[in-house]
Amino acid sequence: MDFLKDPVTFLANQLVLWLTGLGLPEGVVRFLSFSIGAAILATSSLLFVIFLIWFERKLIGRVQDRLGPNRLGPFGLFQPFADMLKIFTKEYVTPSGVDPVPYNLAPVLAVSSVMAIWAVIPFANTIYGVDLDVGVVFVLAVGGLAQLGIILAGWGSNNKYALLGGFRALAQLLSYEIPMVITLLIPVMLAGTLSLTGMVTAQDVPFVAVAPLAALIFFIANLAEVSRAPFDLPEADSEIVAGFNIEYSGLKFGFFYVAEFLHGFTSALLFATVFLGGWRGPLAEEIPILGFIYFAIKTSLVYLTILLVDATVPRFRIDQLLNFSWKLLTPLALALLVAMALVDRAMVGMGVESIWIRLPVFLALNAGLFAAGAYFLDRARRRAPRPVVSGGPRPVARPENFTMQPK
Amino acid sequence: MTSLQIVFLIIAAVTLASAVMVVTARRLMHAALWLILTLLGVAAVFATLQANFFAVVQVLVYIGAIAILIIFAIMMTREVMSVTGPRLNRGWGWAAAAAAGGLAGLVAVLSTWQGFQTVLEPLPSGSVGVGALGEAFLDPNRFAVPFEVASVLLVAAMVGAIYIAVDRKVVEEQ
Repeated sequence: MDFLKDPVTFLANQLVLWLTGLGLPEGVVRFLSFSIGAAILATSSLLFVIFLIWFERKLIGRVQDRLGPNRLGPFGLFQPFADMLKIFTKEYVTPSGVDPVPYNLAPVLAVSSVMAIWAVIPFANTIYGVDLDVGVVFVLAVGGLAQLGIILAGWGSNNKYALLGGFRALAQLLSYEIPMVITLLIPVMLAGTLSLTGMVTAQDVPFVAVAPLAALIFFIANLAEVSRAPFDLPEADSEIVAGFNIEYSGLKFGFFYVAEFLHGFTSALLFATVFLGGWRGPLAEEIPILGFIYFAIKTSLVYLTILLVDATVPRFRIDQLLNFSWKLLTPLALALLVAMALVDRAMVGMGVESIWIRLPVFLALNAGLFAAGAYFLDRARRRAPRPVVSGGPRPVARPENFTMQPK
Repeated sequence: MTSLQIVFLIIAAVTLASAVMVVTARRLMHAALWLILTLLGVAAVFATLQANFFAVVQVLVYIGAIAILIIFAIMMTREVMSVTGPRLNRGWGWAAAAAAGGLAGLVAVLSTWQGFQTVLEPLPSGSVGVGALGEAFLDPNRFAVPFEVASVLLVAAMVGAIYIAVDRKVVEEQ
């Protein structure tokens, strides 16, 4: 019965018992069990990417009125395996003039920085890698390493398109990190802890209901952090060929590919943990496996939304992208944080402790700020000069327009 | 020697070695990468001292922000791919002597401080380090004033940066 309720903890306890039975000291047992757990978590996350790739291709195929992969296996389910084998056997082409250390370090950093986030995410009441008391800051710090990976790839490749892609990616990631960090402070403030596990426990009401505007800003900033459309400028193939990963081939390209898919899914995990209550649900505390299922459903819904946005909206221009973050999202997030902190403090000061009484006030605050943001967005749109695309005669590539006339 | 001390020695050796590489690397870009390894080493030292928050903030601020901005600046400079010029100038001996003297003075002063001889004790598990830090920062009797002064300094730096960066021609035209 224990096994059915909570298989992971059950197996982990069995493993520890077995290792202790072998006569190993306690420290070594701890080290071994943590290493095995980390290896299982990392491997399963990478294997899960295979399914994600299939799902995304199938879904985007349907959106674009195609069938998607449908030849290999039922519903084309084995297609990613074939792609994986192909990528394993491909040749590594290292262009001349690359800087070897950054060039080879970048793919590793890209994957490992995403996987490190999985270590602190609580998948269920009892299933988590480690309950870090600074979990939220850890997630953000590890995100910084991912940026480092992109910039190293762009610089080390000795290619101008790669460098342009790296610059774009960096400008985008740095700009959108700010509203993301500020909106993450709101759940931290409401929960009163920086630990992700503690944050899930604190969500008797999911924070998406308490601060919907914060959730919206976080979702948008997260889209930009994972370079999904409309924020897919760093790898806009029609503009800069493929961006920072243009010079990579074989498994090194595969690393970036896997990192991108895993990052998208991890951002959905994070959103579900911070704003949708993670594993919380009926009976989740008594039966942890049920909590895991709730968490999987919530995450899938968020990931589906990300994919549908990715499949349907066109790309931003770089100036629109930066303006959107610096002139709308960042001030809005700051105003929301300050307003919610003041209102929360004032209501606690007046003796209103129950979340159910505070909830309508928070909702009104969010709605008011959302309306203000929409008003400013609309005003900026009306005031902005419309660039004229058509108009006067423009030089075309005809012989009579060349400055050096052929003799 | 406990395992923690061995780990500490390894981390310290890596940090110092990469710090030396920062100032001796031929390429500016490689120096920046070694600097990142140095900063990671410092973060690891914080982690071995059970200062989780400092370790994570060290990575977030110094690697995620400052090192990336340094790399950004290096990428903008000209002819950064080629190796030009000697790495040492004539005054390197004086600089080395001044640095060694400064270090010796610092060690001499610190060795008289009683905290230097204190044996470290592991923190009791479940202690809320971050919460205590936050309360200390906002307590008027403790660090509220330095904390606010630091904020004012940052705001001043930001205003200065905007003043320097603003394009006056565009502003006058409008």
